[in-house]
Amino acid sequence: MVKHYEISGTDFANAGEASSDFKAMLKKIGVPTDVIRKVSIAMYEAEINTVIHGQGGYCDAELQPDRVIITFTDNGPGIEDIERAMQAGYSTATDEIRNLGFGAGMGLPNIKKYTDDMQIESEVGKGTTVVLTIKLFK
Amino acid sequence: MLLSEVCSILDARVITGEDSDVISNIDIHMACGCDLMSDVLAFVKDQALLLTGLMNQQVIRTAEMMDIIAVCFVRGKLPADDVVELAKKRGITLLATEHPLFSACGMLYDNGLRGREHG
Ligand SMILES: Nc1ncnc2c1ncn2[C@@H]1O[C@H](COP(=O)(O)OP(=O)(O)OP(=O)(O)O)[C@@H](O)[C@H]1O
Ligand SMILES: [Mg+2]
Repeated sequence: MVKHYEISGTDFANAGEASSDFKAMLKKIGVPTDVIRKVSIAMYEAEINTVIHGQGGYCDAELQPDRVIITFTDNGPGIEDIERAMQAGYSTATDEIRNLGFGAGMGLPNIKKYTDDMQIESEVGKGTTVVLTIKLFK
Repeated sequence: MLLSEVCSILDARVITGEDSDVISNIDIHMACGCDLMSDVLAFVKDQALLLTGLMNQQVIRTAEMMDIIAVCFVRGKLPADDVVELAKKRGITLLATEHPLFSACGMLYDNGLRGREHG
């Protein structure tokens, strides 16, 4: 089962709608709650990044028999140094973003913590793709 | 601690419209106080109540993702209608108190409610 979501880069108020919808779907299907929690946190962090850093894009979230695979793609500014971006506390967020409650530099490390695999591909000036994999069973 | 007790300790009112029956049936085991949703997402574990001074829709979405069932806004600020509407849709109870964040957390702690310890 695949869900496709368009993600606006200007509508901060609605950021997180994709994560909310996908979470509701997993719940309905009866996916274990600990898995839903991991998916929800990781997906929401990635969705917020797509909005506040990536200027919007799209997301494909797929439930496979043994795993969830979620891809976020944007055509934003890209990430110059991915290793650095992965460090806890590193953030390029503006004061405006901080005032909205984000920009602690914790999102990417948090995604890593809650996923079984995380791949980031990024090119400066072109955009960023983040792929998250969460297994349904240990 | 029942959510109804939280309300009376903080002199808080319910702004999502649940009646007293409903809030006296919600049991809160742990709480957290935070204005930064990044930190809530990164550090909160099983806390069911969030106290915050932040007032936007992402507070509700963060609560939704973290299975936080009640949010208490502090310092007498009230969220806009769209925030209240979203909370209602998601089944999250909203409270509002005049007390500032630090004091509100302290009052609940004094009455036995705990947060997450370090580690
Ligand atoms: N999709 C993206 N496009 C461009 N840059 C990005 C993207 N995602 C992350 N980054 C860069 O990586 C940095 C670290 O991201 P991370 O999610 O860890 O922290 P943050 O978003 O700044 O703060 P937080 O997630 O704690 O609210 C960002 O500040 C930004 O510079
Ligand atoms: Mg982030």
